[in-house]
Amino acid sequence: MSFHTTLRKGASSVFLRIEEALDGPFGGADNPLRHLGALGLYLLWIIVGSGLYLYTVLDTGIDAVYNSIGYLSVEQWYLGGVLRSLHRYASDGFMLVMTLHLIREWCYGRYYGFRLYSWITGVPLLWLAYISGIGGYWIVWDQLAQLSATATAELLDWLPIFSEPSARNFLTPDSISDRFFTMLVFIHIGVPLLLILGLWAHVHRISHVDYLPTRRVMLATLLALIVLSLLQPALSNPPANLAVIPGDLDFDWFILFIHPLTDLTSPAIVWLLLFALTALLVALPLLPHPPPEPVAVVDAANCTGCDRCLADCPYAAISMQPHPLRPGFKLAVVDSDLCAACGICAGSCPSSTPFRRRETLVTGIDMPQQPVHALREQLEQTLTGLSGPRRVVVFACARGADASGLAAADTVVMPLLCAGMLPPSFVEYALRGGADGVLLNTCRPGGCDFRLGDRWTRERLAGEREPHLRRTVPAARLQLSAAAAGDESTLSAALDDLRTRLDNEALAGEPLPPYLRRASNHA
Amino acid sequence: MLKPAAIIGQVILYGAFAAFIGYFATSPKYHQVADDVALIKLSISHLGERECRKRTAEELAKMPPNMRAPLDCPRERSDIRLEVDLDGQPILQTVMHPTGLYKDGVSTIYKRFEVKAGSHRLAVRMNDNLVKPGFNFVKEEQISLKPHQVMVIDFNPDRGGLFFR
Repeated sequence: MSFHTTLRKGASSVFLRIEEALDGPFGGADNPLRHLGALGLYLLWIIVGSGLYLYTVLDTGIDAVYNSIGYLSVEQWYLGGVLRSLHRYASDGFMLVMTLHLIREWCYGRYYGFRLYSWITGVPLLWLAYISGIGGYWIVWDQLAQLSATATAELLDWLPIFSEPSARNFLTPDSISDRFFTMLVFIHIGVPLLLILGLWAHVHRISHVDYLPTRRVMLATLLALIVLSLLQPALSNPPANLAVIPGDLDFDWFILFIHPLTDLTSPAIVWLLLFALTALLVALPLLPHPPPEPVAVVDAANCTGCDRCLADCPYAAISMQPHPLRPGFKLAVVDSDLCAACGICAGSCPSSTPFRRRETLVTGIDMPQQPVHALREQLEQTLTGLSGPRRVVVFACARGADASGLAAADTVVMPLLCAGMLPPSFVEYALRGGADGVLLNTCRPGGCDFRLGDRWTRERLAGEREPHLRRTVPAARLQLSAAAAGDESTLSAALDDLRTRLDNEALAGEPLPPYLRRASNHA
Repeated sequence: MLKPAAIIGQVILYGAFAAFIGYFATSPKYHQVADDVALIKLSISHLGERECRKRTAEELAKMPPNMRAPLDCPRERSDIRLEVDLDGQPILQTVMHPTGLYKDGVSTIYKRFEVKAGSHRLAVRMNDNLVKPGFNFVKEEQISLKPHQVMVIDFNPDRGGLFFR
């Protein structure tokens, strides 16, 4: 195992444990660590909203800009001051969340294969975010702005891009004109617009994007930032004076850390670090990684063109085209570059029902590495081998908790590519084929490696999404658990719960009538 | 419905998030230079001289009437030699090269020197035509710098050459 893989796996283990710890108070849907992208977007909208107000009241001019912003913070603290503070703190939060998002995706190995596009398009966003943030500090034109503007110009001058040093623009107080701020405002609006455009591209190739976190997360985040804004309003440092070096400054380490780093080292080292980090991020997908899994395959004869796979695919890998054999019908087509090989499409296909009597179950869209037919064969064979008063079938996501330890004479474990690949009818099929109960394990809410597997599974079983589990299936005979890798004890406890219910006939309810497929009809 | 323990946990964690942002958005304080230090910025942008030759009458006669410029000036500019001494000690000796593919652009320099505040003897010498020996621009002065003061060494031929501000 390479150093990089060891490092990544170690980091992912730490990240996963923290995420699971936060599931306690937050739950999966509200756990901010599981929704960092959506939280970042939400913070960006706070920045945009508060920024629009600041833009309307900002006077552009050397003294006017400082005074107009100062007026907001002091005289109009209840509105302008709070919005200014929100603008600053949401920006800092955005940087923090963006960095955590980057680290999380790297930890979980989400930077190659079908995720390559999202990874690569995310890299320039880092630059745009920092350019926007640094430029925003200049607008205030206080001593912090002076330090940042001068230091940035000196840093840029190390690169051979200007014929004259740009730092000459910040030599003396009369070097700066009012028009400088007009240009600055345009830059501070233009670069964030590019950032938003880049974000659109960043999520372009995934479907069902979480553009915003849950309402509870949004309210709590906003409330936390407002309280912070009231307790510690964002204020300007003393006004800029290019004839004097700024003294002790309240310093934003989230955005402006690059200046102390330059002072500590040199412009050459800082540029080397920045370019090396960027190159590393871009080159990361080239490092050795597991080979791609076989992608979903469509069988034209069995595809009805119902659109369910299109609706459920988390990565927009499926499109519908005119069916070549049936005029007026549609056919699913898989883009192999985008397919994550999760099998969620196979789970959504109505042709995947195991109740079909054909000896060879060919479905509309299937996974070559775990076809629905093989799943049915395996289920039928293992059900006949089960013994004991409470026979249980455990369907478990292979990326979640290791379920192999649950296998016993009365318990069969069937690993799945993703819980979302299991057609819900398999639960009924197992119960009518001899199982007394079914345990289905997904990853934790919000923790699915394929984004939506756990969500679709829950919705299908609850009858909220097609294909749904028939209501005639006794709910007490189905146990749904959400245990991530390393969380085997939760899975084991879920099985115990199911067994306890099955032991109690009153709780378990009547078993379903058997169904014998080979006898060609209901027994 | 959230359990009370979950609500308390969330309040603590959102509070920690806000406190983390609030602290590092302003703290710890940062200062670029020590309290007793002043800054001298050397910033010069200047076109080096070039050696022009006067065309002879024969040469001019051979040229089209509209192109009979009396001087034949090369496109390239001279390098510029610059020296700075502080309290008699050289702190910079450099040669600035003209920019541009044809070396016809300005020669520029931008340097920062952190010095102790107080009185210093500052001498700047510049030669913008290296065909000629010595320095054709010299500025030497006793300067007094307050802590955190920024003093600029600049050059402007319209202001007599080198100047301090």
